[in-house]
Amino acid sequence: MLNASICKINIMSYYNQFTANTQLKLSPFFERTSQLNESQEWRRWSGYLSATNYELTHENEYFAIRTKAALLDITPLKKYLIEGSDALALLDRLVTRNIKICKIGQVMYTPWCDENGKVIDDGTVQRLTENKFRITSAEPNLDWINHIASGMDVKILDDSETTAALALQGPNSREILNIISENTINGLKFFWMMDTNFNGIPVSISRTGYTGDLGYEIWMNPKHALSIWDLLLEKGRPYGITPTGLHALDIARIEAGLILLDVDYISSRHAVIESRKSSPFELGLGWAIKMKKNDFIGKNALKRELDRGSEWEFVGIEIEWDDLENHYRNVGLSPGLPSTAWRTSTPLYYNSEQVGYATSGTWSPILKRYIALAHIKHGYSNNGTVLDFELKVEHFKKLTPACVVNTPFFDPERKRSCPA
Amino acid sequence: MKKYDAIVIGGGHNGLTAAAYLGRAGKKVLVLERRYVLGGAAVTEEVFPGFKFSVCSYVVSLMKANVIRELMLPKFGLELLPLENTFTPLENDYLFRTADSDQTYREIARHSLRDAEAYMRFGPLMGQIGMAVRPILETVAPNAIRPSLSDMGAMKKLLDHFKSLSSEQFEYLTKLMTMSSADFLDEWFEFEPLKASMSASGIIGTFMGPRSPGSAYVMLHHYMGDIDGAFRAWGFQRGGTGAVSMAIARSAEHFGAKIMTEATVEKVIVKNGRAVGVALENGDEYSSDIVISGLDPKLTFLKMVDEGDLPSDFVTDIKNFRIRGSSGKVNLALDGLPNFTCLPGEGHHLRGAISISPSYDHLERAYDDAKYGDFSQEPYMDIILPSVIDPDMAPPGKHVMSCFVQYAPYDIKGGWNDQKREAFGDAVINTIANYAPNIKDIILHRQVLTPADLESIFGLTEGNIFHGELTLQQLFAMRPAVKWADYTTPIKNYFQCGSGTHPGGGITGSPGEMAATKILGNWS
Repeated sequence: MLNASICKINIMSYYNQFTANTQLKLSPFFERTSQLNESQEWRRWSGYLSATNYELTHENEYFAIRTKAALLDITPLKKYLIEGSDALALLDRLVTRNIKICKIGQVMYTPWCDENGKVIDDGTVQRLTENKFRITSAEPNLDWINHIASGMDVKILDDSETTAALALQGPNSREILNIISENTINGLKFFWMMDTNFNGIPVSISRTGYTGDLGYEIWMNPKHALSIWDLLLEKGRPYGITPTGLHALDIARIEAGLILLDVDYISSRHAVIESRKSSPFELGLGWAIKMKKNDFIGKNALKRELDRGSEWEFVGIEIEWDDLENHYRNVGLSPGLPSTAWRTSTPLYYNSEQVGYATSGTWSPILKRYIALAHIKHGYSNNGTVLDFELKVEHFKKLTPACVVNTPFFDPERKRSCPA
Repeated sequence: MKKYDAIVIGGGHNGLTAAAYLGRAGKKVLVLERRYVLGGAAVTEEVFPGFKFSVCSYVVSLMKANVIRELMLPKFGLELLPLENTFTPLENDYLFRTADSDQTYREIARHSLRDAEAYMRFGPLMGQIGMAVRPILETVAPNAIRPSLSDMGAMKKLLDHFKSLSSEQFEYLTKLMTMSSADFLDEWFEFEPLKASMSASGIIGTFMGPRSPGSAYVMLHHYMGDIDGAFRAWGFQRGGTGAVSMAIARSAEHFGAKIMTEATVEKVIVKNGRAVGVALENGDEYSSDIVISGLDPKLTFLKMVDEGDLPSDFVTDIKNFRIRGSSGKVNLALDGLPNFTCLPGEGHHLRGAISISPSYDHLERAYDDAKYGDFSQEPYMDIILPSVIDPDMAPPGKHVMSCFVQYAPYDIKGGWNDQKREAFGDAVINTIANYAPNIKDIILHRQVLTPADLESIFGLTEGNIFHGELTLQQLFAMRPAVKWADYTTPIKNYFQCGSGTHPGGGITGSPGEMAATKILGNWS
C-alpha cells in the first residue's frame, strides 16, 4: 500500500476560492458561482464567464431541473427597457406577436424579423407598466430597436448590466419561492410576472424559463445579487436547490423544443448569405406571427411566404433505438449515446437524398429517448416521416432511421398549472 | 364469473410487466395483488408520517432498456436519478469512488497506486464480460433435457456468440462463474477496503460470504447494470422503487389490464391438469385461459397448486431450490444527516451508496454469525440516503436512510421474535454509530425488517430478496428447475414470471417481459 498516511487529501474540500485573470465579464453572482464551481468549467455567454457545469458532470444538475430545483445565473441575457408613450407602438411594430393585448404583468415570447421577414432574434417582452416594457434577447439589439424607434416618443435603455437575473427551474421552484417571497406566488400564471420582496429586497418574478418545466426567473438590482443568491441557496436547500450550468440547460431546452440563436438558426443581421437566414415559419414559430396585426417589420414578406409556402420546416426528430443499438452491437459496443447535447449540423436523408439537417440533439435522460431539432425541407416534415440520420459509429458513417415527431418532447402538466 | 385471457398472481414489478406486455398484445388481463399497495418488493410506503421509505428493494439496477421503451415507462412516471458514488467509511479514513474516473483514480491511488491502475482496466473488462453475458440474459432459457426446435435455435445462437468471444473474455467469464468474489478480486487488487467493498456486491441477497465460491457471479450480475452506458438503466427512482412499480402498473392499465389490490389468491384452480382460473381467499373466483404466477417458486408450486398436480421429481427440485433469506432491512426516519467521523459534514459522499465493508474479514465474520444461526453483530450494510437525492422523500430538512443489512438468517436460533428484531436493529445502529456516532441522536423512527418480516409482509419465502439465490446451479436453464426454466410449468396454462425465473432478481422487468414473450409466442 502506497502513501496512505502521507497524503490524505480531503477531496470534498471544494469551497476553495479560484481566482483568475480574465478579460471576460463577471456576473454579479460570480463571487458565489466561482466558489461553487467544482469543475471550474466555464463557457462564454454574451461575453460573460458562465458556468458549464458546477459538478464534474452535469447529470445531477440536469435532474435538478426535472425533479428538484435548478438555480441558473442568466444575467448575460441582453435586456432593454423601453419607456414612453410610444413604447407599446414600438414593440408592436418590432415583434411578430400582438403586444397590444399584452396586459400589465404579462410576458410574451416572440421572435422579431427584418423587413424581409427573416428572424433577427427571439426573446420575451415583459409589460412592466402601461408605458414601460422590458425585452430580452440573445444578442445586442439596441441599434436595431433604436432604428425602428426613430421618430417615436420612447426612451430605450440598455438594461443588460443594470438588472441581474436568476432562473429557478424545476418542480420544487414554487415551494422555494413561496418560502422566501413576501407574497405568495401560487396565483402567478405561466408567462405572467409580479413584483414582490425577498427579505425586504424588491425583486420581480416572471413565470418563464428555458427548460420547459415549472420555473421562474427572478429580476433584481445587481447590488442585491449576492443576498438573493444566498437566500435562495439557504432556503432552497431542503428542497434540493442546485446551482446549474449551461450543459444541463442545453439538454432541458432541447427536450422543451426551444430554439437557440447561433445554434438552431443564424440572426439575419449577420448571416452572410441569404440561405443562412430563416423566417419564423421556418423555425416552427408560425404560432407567434400575428398576421392580423396592422403592421410589423417583415409582415409583407411573411405574407408572401405564407401565400407561396415555406421552403423549410423546423421539427423534432427521434433517432430510433433498435437500429441505433444494432449499429453499435455490430461492432461489439453498447449504444454510444452523447453524454451532453451536441450542436453539430447533422445531415438527414430521404431515399439517399439530403432533405434536411439536425442542428442540436441530445440523449434525453428523463424520456430515455434520443432526440434532436432539425430543419427539414417542406414535404418531408410530416409527423411520422422516417428519415435517415447520419451517425458515426467507430469513425464510420452509418445511416440510421429517425422519425419526425411533435415538440415539445417533454411537456409536463406542472409547467402551466397553478396550485388549486 | 368473469372470464379473462390471463390472470397474473401478484402485483410485483415482474407480474405487472408481464400484464402490461400481454395487454399490449390485446389480451384481457387481470392482476391480483394481496396487499393494499402495488409493487411487491418494489414498493414505497409512508411508514412514518411524512417519510417515504422504499421499504424493501431500494435501487433500480438493470431495468431493461426495451422494457422501458416498449411499456413507455417514462411517460408513466419512470424517473431514474443518478446514484453513482460509493463511499466506504473506515476507522480513520475512507474510500470514495465516484463517476469521475480521474477523481476515483486519485482517490484509490491515495491508498494504493497499483490498485488505481488496475481499477482503470477492471471497469472496461467487466463491461466486456457484461456484453458477453448479455445474450444469455436475453434468451429464454431452453429445456436442457428435451430441447424444442426453438430451444435448439436459441442454443445455436448462444454457441455462435460464445465462439465469438476473445480468449480473455472466456477466461474471465469462466473465473467469474466459478470463483469466490474474494479470490477473483485478489487477482486484481491489494487495498482491503476496496476489495471488500467490491466483493460485497457478490454476497447481496445470497447466503454466502465473499470467500464462498460462486459469489463472483453474483458480483457480475450486479455489474450488468452498467451495460447500457448512457442509457443508465440504473439509479434511484424518484419517489422510491414503488414509483417504478406504479409506472409499470399505469402502463399495464393503459394497455387495458385490470388491477385489483387486497385480492389474495388462495389457489390456482386446476382442472384435468390445466389451470383454468383462481380462487380468492374471500371466496371469489375468476376464470381465465391462463394463469401466471409472479410469486417465488416455492409459493408458485407448493402453495398455489397441490403437489399432487405436479410430477414428484419436480416437487423435489422445487423443495431443494435454495431460497435462504440472508438479509434484513432497516429504514430510518432522521432529523438530520449522519456525520461520518472520517469525513465530517455534508458532501457528495452522502449522495450515493454508503458501504459498510472495511475488510473481507468484516464480511466473513458477519457471515460466520449467520452460518451458526445468529444475525451479524457487525453486519455488512449497503446504505443510501434517498432524501439527499430526492428531497421529496422526507419533510424539508429531514431525511430517510435505507440500510440493506446482511446477514440476518431466516432460520435464526430460536426463531425471530420482537426481542430479536430489536436486538438486530440495535446491532445495525451500533455498527453505523461506529462510523457516524451522531446517528443515535437523530433517529425519529426506525423500521426493522427481519427475513421473517420480509416473508410475512412481501411474501418473499424465507425473506430471500431474489426469489432464490443467484448461484450457478439455480441460473439459466436451471432456474427454478431443469425442464421448467422457460416460464412454463408442469401444469398446462400455468406460467411463472417472477424473479425465481431466468434471469433472476433485481428491478429489471426481465422475467416478466420474457415470460410474456414466451406466452404470447405459444398462444393458441
